[in-house]
Formats: sequence, C-alpha cells, structure tokens
Amino acid sequence: MTATVPTKARPRGKGSPLASLASHTVLILASLIALFPVAWLVFLSLGPDKDDYLHPGRIWSKMTLDNYSFVLQHTSFFDWLKSSLIVSLGTTLIGVFVAATTGYAVSRMRFPGYRKFMWLLLLTQMFPVAVLMVPMYQILADLQLIDTYLGLILVYCTTAVPYSAWLLKGYFDTIPFEIDEAGRVDGLSPFGTFARLILPLARPGLAVAAFYSFITAFGEVAFATTFMLDDKKYTLAVGLQSFISEHDAQRNLMAATAVLVAVPVSAFFYLVQKNLVTGLTAGGTKG
Amino acid sequence: MTVAIDRATGRKRPGEPKPGLGRRLKRGYDRHWYAYAMIAPVAIVLGVLVVYPLGYGFYLTLTDANSLNTARTIGANHIDATYQFIGLDNYADILWGDTAYDRFWSHFLWTIVWTALCVALHYTIGLALALLLNQKRRGRTLYRLLLVLPWAVPTFVTVFGWRFMLADSGIINSALDALHLPTPQWLEDTFWQRFAAIMVNTWCGVPFMMISLLGGLQSIDNTLYEAAEMDGANPWQRFRYVTLPGLRAVSSTVVLLGVIWTFNQFAVIFLLFGTTAPDAQILVTWAYYLGFGQQPRDFAQSAAYGILLLAILVVFTSFYRRWLNRNEPDVAI
Repeated sequence: MTATVPTKARPRGKGSPLASLASHTVLILASLIALFPVAWLVFLSLGPDKDDYLHPGRIWSKMTLDNYSFVLQHTSFFDWLKSSLIVSLGTTLIGVFVAATTGYAVSRMRFPGYRKFMWLLLLTQMFPVAVLMVPMYQILADLQLIDTYLGLILVYCTTAVPYSAWLLKGYFDTIPFEIDEAGRVDGLSPFGTFARLILPLARPGLAVAAFYSFITAFGEVAFATTFMLDDKKYTLAVGLQSFISEHDAQRNLMAATAVLVAVPVSAFFYLVQKNLVTGLTAGGTKG
Repeated sequence: MTVAIDRATGRKRPGEPKPGLGRRLKRGYDRHWYAYAMIAPVAIVLGVLVVYPLGYGFYLTLTDANSLNTARTIGANHIDATYQFIGLDNYADILWGDTAYDRFWSHFLWTIVWTALCVALHYTIGLALALLLNQKRRGRTLYRLLLVLPWAVPTFVTVFGWRFMLADSGIINSALDALHLPTPQWLEDTFWQRFAAIMVNTWCGVPFMMISLLGGLQSIDNTLYEAAEMDGANPWQRFRYVTLPGLRAVSSTVVLLGVIWTFNQFAVIFLLFGTTAPDAQILVTWAYYLGFGQQPRDFAQSAAYGILLLAILVVFTSFYRRWLNRNEPDVAI
C-alpha cells in the first residue's frame, strides 16, 4: 500500500501495519500447515498402542519412547538404513562425478549436437517409471543384478545424472568465462581448466547436485519396491511399507520408524538449505 | 583450442565460408573433441541405461509378454521366453479396444486434471508465499525454514503421516466432526480420494516452487522497482509489469518441470492408496499396477502405457518450447 498523498512515503517493502499483520497471519498459517503433518507423526509415535492414532487425546497421559526402542532393537531398521545409505551414497558419488564434466561441457562449449543433447537431458526427466521399469527389470534380471545394490544404484543414476548435469550447467554458467580464458592463456588444457580452476569454484553447485541425488535415491519407492526382494536389503522406503503387513498395522511402530528416518534427513537438509537456494536458482534461471 | 562462439547467441560468428563435408567433419572433430570427451560419460550412461531399455521396452510393447511367458528361472530349471510378436495390437487395445474407456481414457482424463490442478496450486501458492517471504519482515528466515519443511522430509515418510490424519476417525475427520462438518471417507470414496491426493501432493510440492520463485524474485533488480515507483506505478502494476516479467525465466522452467514431475508422480498416489483405489490411479501408477501389481504381470501393456505417457509428455514439451521460443526467444530451454 503506498500512501496516496505524497507527503511521506513509507520505505518500500514495509507495508501498513494492517498489511503487515495480514501477511504475518498468512505466513503463520502456512507454517502451521507445513509443520503439522510431521509434528503429528512425532506425536503419534509416542503413543504405545497401535490404535492410539484414533484417540490422540489418550497419548498425553502415557507418552513413552517404547516404540523407538522396539524399532531399533527388534526390527531390521539398521539393515534398511544400511541399504538406503549404500544405495544413496553410491548414486551420489557416481552421479555427481559423471554429471560434472557434462555440465561443464554444455556450459562452456557449443558443439554440433548441443541442442539435441540438452533436449535429451530434459527428455530423460520425462521417463515415467513404468516405461523403464519393465525393460530394466528384464535387463537387470539378465545381468543377475536384481536384488543387488549395484542394480539399484545404476537405475537411480538414470534420473540423478541428467538432472545433476542440468543443475551443474546452470551453476557453471554463473562462473565468469574470463576465468577459463585466463587458464587457457596460462597454458592449461580445457580438462586442466576444468579440474584445477572451475571444480574448486563450483563446490556449492556440486554440493547441491550431490544433495539432490542423495535425496532422490533415498526417497525413491517404485524401483526399490520392485527390484529388492530380500527383506534385509530393503531400503527404508520399502521397509516402512512392509510394516503394514508384517506387524499387523502397528501404526505406532510405523510412526516411530518414520520419525527415525525423517529426523536425520531433515536435519541434514536444514544444514544445506541455504546452498540449495543459490544452487537451484542458478540452475533454474539459466536452465 | 578455444571454441569461437558468440556468447550472446551461442551461434558461430557469421562470415566463415562453408568448407566441404570431409573437412567440416575433420575440423569439427578437432574443434570439439574436448566437448565430446566431456559429455561422453553421460552419453554412455544415458545410452546404456535409458536408450537401450527404452528400445527394449518399445519392443516389448509389440509383443504379448507377461510374467508367464517371459524367460525365467524356477529353481534349477530355466524356461525360455515364449512370448510372441503381435505388432501394434497392444496400442490398439489400450486406445480403442473393449473397455478402453475404463482402462485408459478415464485414467487419462484424471491424469490431465490432476496435473493441471496440482501445478496451478503449486505455482500460485508458491508464488504467494515467495512474495511474502521476499518482503523485509521480522522472522522471515524462520518462516522460510518452517515452510521448506515438507520438502525436507522424504515423501514416503510424510505420506504415512497423512494417512494417519486422513483415516476414517483420524485427526482431520475428528476436527471436522467437532465443527459439525461432514466427514468424508478420504481413503475410500473416489471423489475424496482424488481430493486427498491433490491436497497431499500440493503440500509436498509447494516448497520447491516457493524456493525457486523466491530465488527468482531476489534476482530481480531493485532499481526496476524504484523506477516503476517513480513513474507512479501502484503495487499491482509493479507486480504485473516488473515482477511477473522478471520471473519469466524461472517460471517457464519450474512450470515445465512441475508438469513433468506431477504427471509422473508415483510416490504420493501409490503410498496413499496402494492398489486399493482403482479410480484414483493416474496413468503412471496404473501402468505400474499392470506390470507389477497383479498376477500374471502384464509386461507388454505396462510398457505400452509407458510409451504412451512418454509420447504425451514429448508432445506437450515440444509445444511448450515452441510457444516459449515464439514469445520470449531469450528464454531458450
């Protein structure tokens, strides 16, 4: 709201008290909506009985951490955690390593086929799980890679690599081209320029790509459900689902497991989210 | 060797004579081998892990492959594949065979509605929150941290949280009941299943839009706003003529990604309903059901759905790109 009488204009970005109150109300409401489902999950995980989610009022009087100790001691939680970490870290390492050179090449060089290649990268984002799942299942079965970590890592790379390359291109675009030129003048090859000058500068971008790959692999459900058969090798996403049948819908245990998964991931996310904003913006605006 | 390009347009500078084909190839190789070497790893990964399975998948759609006639090993016995080539019958059956409406077109319509509604909600809510967060206001870092939370928690976790809340006598229905409002059967009734799916997916998708658009807002030059204010533009005019054009590049990218991701959104619907809600399945989850959720598994039809999905997205993206390039040639994707 700007004042209609041009006597004293408020500094821009500061609305009237009423407008300010309104935006605070909206933001608080939105924050509550964002927070509630997760907070609710945490609250339910403290109730000891499997039907407590239907009578949340009763939880207050009998809060306990029993669900957590049960999940940690008597289920395959740590096996699942191990699988999830192996698969996610593997995807991250391979994905970012492979994507970095590509991101650089498409950021700095215009080669014949450039536009087609960019289009291909975008196209891979469009593959619905169903189009690749059947043939991949067959191929992995032929290669005896069903039920192996390597199989799942390879599958996840198909989504992680193109997006990381896309993201990194955006980040490399923000690094001044003069740095490359200076490197060349000093006698470095394009590979040398890339490895010695650009990679160190691109660390935040690499971190974002790594984080993205990790999160994608960590949260993926469809491929993990289909390709992992041994319940010791389930990822957390699959393991959590198996609670429904195995433990006769013991929702209290499911809630506790869900919280155990969510807390470390969200904590990590908060640590890097500042970088995430810059990295995504660079990738988004320059895409 | 440096590559001479005009950085503004990405095109070769004019005035170079066109040499013969052989020399062009040779020169192209000399000039660009670095670039090709650097994209080689990704090209190989995509070739082996995407293009080859895609080709194989397309071949499967031309057969009657299912889990009973594909090659498999049971114990020590290896059974060879016995499926047969049947041409385009799968596509014909899906698109205009008996009950094609129930099997394909109803899911197709719902998928379109789902994508349009979800992306529209993601974008408007995300933009509104980004605008609020972009103002200088006390506590905006805290707000941003809280608002980004749905993104931080893995989808498979939050969807479980939502299932507890949406259960028949879960918190949402208890609250509605306390307010004397009707309590829908969120997880059983088709309309409310769809409603719930859109609600949960909106909740999951807004943070990404919000953060991306916030980044876009912050990259708009402040002097533009000052100039607009000098010229007497009111807040709406500043939004319409400064903010929206400034966001165009970000918007076009995130809307495209949003459409692709929502169209292919597997986790939300799969985890919310499993295979219990045939009418709330979008094409992706339906294709998964055909290929892996039933016995015998129908590999051929599942893959055919996949190819159709891909085709829809490719057509959409081509038009979208063409439309973008015509309106704003500088925002090339």
